[in-house]
Amino acid sequence: MIKKVRSHLSQNEALLFERSSPGKKAYQLPDLDVPPFDAAAALGAENVRAGIDGFPEVSEVEAIRHFTRLSTWNYAIDHGMYPLGSCTMKYNPRVNELVARTEGLAWAHPYQPEALAQGCMEVVARLESILAEITGMDAVTLQPAAGAHGELTGILLIRALLEKRGNPRKKILVPDSAHGTNPATAAIAGYAVENIPSNAAGLLDVSALERIVTADVAALMVTNPNTLGVFEENIVHAAEILHAKGAMLYMDGANMNALVGIARPGDFGVDALHLNLHKTFSTPHGGGGPGAGPVAVKKPLEPFLPVPRLKRSGKKWAWDYKRKRSIGRVRAFYGNFGVLVRALAYILAHGGPGLRNATVDAVLNANYLRKRLEPYYHLPYPSPSMHEVVFSDARQEESGVRTGDIAKRLIDYGFHPYTVSFPLIVHGALMIEPTETESLSELDAFADAMISIAQEARTDPQFVKNAPYGTRTSRVDEVAAARKPVLRWKPS
Amino acid sequence: MMNACGIDSPEALFEHLPEAVRLRRPLDLPAGISEYEIVEYFRQRGAENGAGYAPFLGAGVYRHFRPVLVDAVVSRGEFLTSYTPYQAEISQGTLTAIFEFQTMICQLTGMDVANASMYDGSTAVPEAVLMAARVTGKRRALVASSVHPEYRETLRTYAKNAGLAVEEFAYAPEAGTIDLEDLERRMDGETAAVVVQSPNFFGMVDQVNAAGEIAHRHGALLILIFTEAVSLGILEPSAEADIVAGELQSFAISPSYGGPFAGIIATREKYMRQLPGRLVGQTTDSRGERAFCLTLSTREQHIRRERATSNICTNQALIALMATVFMTVYGKQGLRELAEQNLAKAHYLAGKMQPRFAGKFFNEFAVRLEGKTPEQANKALLKKKIIGGLPLGRFYPELADCMLLCATEMSTRPEMDALAEGLHS
Repeated sequence: MIKKVRSHLSQNEALLFERSSPGKKAYQLPDLDVPPFDAAAALGAENVRAGIDGFPEVSEVEAIRHFTRLSTWNYAIDHGMYPLGSCTMKYNPRVNELVARTEGLAWAHPYQPEALAQGCMEVVARLESILAEITGMDAVTLQPAAGAHGELTGILLIRALLEKRGNPRKKILVPDSAHGTNPATAAIAGYAVENIPSNAAGLLDVSALERIVTADVAALMVTNPNTLGVFEENIVHAAEILHAKGAMLYMDGANMNALVGIARPGDFGVDALHLNLHKTFSTPHGGGGPGAGPVAVKKPLEPFLPVPRLKRSGKKWAWDYKRKRSIGRVRAFYGNFGVLVRALAYILAHGGPGLRNATVDAVLNANYLRKRLEPYYHLPYPSPSMHEVVFSDARQEESGVRTGDIAKRLIDYGFHPYTVSFPLIVHGALMIEPTETESLSELDAFADAMISIAQEARTDPQFVKNAPYGTRTSRVDEVAAARKPVLRWKPS
Repeated sequence: MMNACGIDSPEALFEHLPEAVRLRRPLDLPAGISEYEIVEYFRQRGAENGAGYAPFLGAGVYRHFRPVLVDAVVSRGEFLTSYTPYQAEISQGTLTAIFEFQTMICQLTGMDVANASMYDGSTAVPEAVLMAARVTGKRRALVASSVHPEYRETLRTYAKNAGLAVEEFAYAPEAGTIDLEDLERRMDGETAAVVVQSPNFFGMVDQVNAAGEIAHRHGALLILIFTEAVSLGILEPSAEADIVAGELQSFAISPSYGGPFAGIIATREKYMRQLPGRLVGQTTDSRGERAFCLTLSTREQHIRRERATSNICTNQALIALMATVFMTVYGKQGLRELAEQNLAKAHYLAGKMQPRFAGKFFNEFAVRLEGKTPEQANKALLKKKIIGGLPLGRFYPELADCMLLCATEMSTRPEMDALAEGLHS
């Protein structure tokens, strides 16, 4: 039975372009306090555009209603649990939004004199040192804009160090359970990718690793806990194998929510890793971004970090651009500063003990869901779970119901689906990450929904396969979208 | 919960971890603080940056008024706290807004398709060059030295490791726009892309179509960069550009010490399948109603892995939404009027001094100072509560006596008069 939601009316809304009427406006500009300047004289008549065909013309109230109506068509953490595995969808405290809008920070220009940017630089410095302590690493750059950007930065650092040692090498090893960004990153950094199969327990196969790591291998990219939510118990040994052959260990820190305060990558042999501040440190996903992907490294990689670096000059912070061995910039300016502010606010609120408690609660929540759902869903890898648990649809597939169908039916119960069909090593995966911010009652409601769907899959599989029923938009035809792409509005 | 899990203490959940990896001490971080203390901490950091200055910095980050509706919309939890819209049935709000965003970027740039955002303008440049390399099968790019210096640095970092050769071509020293002869001289049949920015780093409207003609004659694509999106409200889109890559910070995105911003890449329909990043497309639901979903994802890393068009995953969706609301609020008339105000302010300011380059500019321009360095001038201006222009010597040693000044709709006449007086005295 569905207890969490019931349907209510939602407003229809046309596209902005369909709502527009000539002459309507939602803006106000002050009167010019200088003489107008003729555009053709300033820019050349040939460079001045006639108008912007099709651009919106709506009133202020139409504008706010438009976006408010659209917003009601979204599910969000603020509505309820968002158990996307590997995505760490935890509550986003609103004080973080407030402080990111602090006037002196939000309006700071990246080129304003350093003497007038000390507050920003202090924020950067403080966050760098906190993340170094959390990860057990020696130095941190906050420049990368997101996780994949951090991966690229990390791999370029490794490449630069190996180059300095005489040979950048040719290959990056990537487990078959890895996020797609890992092989894509290795390719952009100029490396060939070798996929390595997981062992029967879904873990890194260290005996295979011993064979595969040659003088051609630059690094292994590993997610720990891995995408099954299982801690790589042989990580220290894997690092030793790599290091013995002059290769490095890169860690994808997407799952750091399982480790903060419990174990530090710097203590188990990792040479470089990125963090996703929009996962572990609670900056809002915003429908797909922005994020921030700081990279933490061990000492030997430090000289290669992107410019500029912060340095202390007397009592002031200064930016140091003169670093001969740096890989260069990975973006303009210093990073997604507004995201860094939010992450620092989150960390200050929790403090050291609070961060550790969050980890413990996240792991407890995942294990609780595992216990409740194990009787109903197949658990392909019984290794102990950390912050997430991965089931498969093997039992439901017998009646033709697949993980994607269960996910769509979950929507009717008032939840966002889990991560569907990932990791790839699990056939029909259901990847569930509750995070620490869900209460027992929300977890129970979710488990009850999953159990109820398992029953429906047995008794009325077709019903599950046609879900969702309660949404204003029913199942969307993604195949048609890709077959004949319509990527912008045009007047009919 | 612990009963259900069969444990006495949640610590038991970590007992299987190898002892060697365990942190057996508390993190060396202070205890948590309250909401009030957090607000106060950041208020103090903001105060350390100084307040009440009249700034004239541009150079890729512009001070424009942020319409109040923008934060009202992006603060809604439904937008703020949702994930990437993979589950289309419960993400139509985000998907519809991105579809509108893509449409408006096409309308502004004159392109056929635009992606859902890149990290920023600087990273959009290497992504655009890599795209041109895929389209042409060539591995060399020619970049104007009048493209934002930090964008060029970012391109070099990417290119070095991706097996792309990047060479720069000169700007004409008196005009401050690209040196077409130098470009022509450096062109060859192996060039994938010519990269120009307009308005360029010096604020000048550059010779985009002339560069495009040269690029196309040699089988290369023309990539057009912009950093000041407000200029799109008044400048004619280039008919020659094959790819437009730019930065939307001017569209209600706080300067925020350099990020988060939102980049875009737009292109012609025939290159659509080589675009990096997410795309939203129109389709129908099972009841036949119009609906939107993420599409052409076989270009992307989660499907194509090492053969993807880019490794980008997380983008700048909420920031792109800010830009979407901004474009909606200003609309057809407003963006033009805003651009005209910027033009008028900058030309008023320029009228009080001697611009370094002779030619057409939008809202920034370089000036040469006499009798003092830009650094000395800026120091004196700070005493009058004015943040002066960017000293250009930092990026262009030959322009060490110049600074780059920017005026926007937020620059008032008294502020500009005070700046001009300060620079002359």
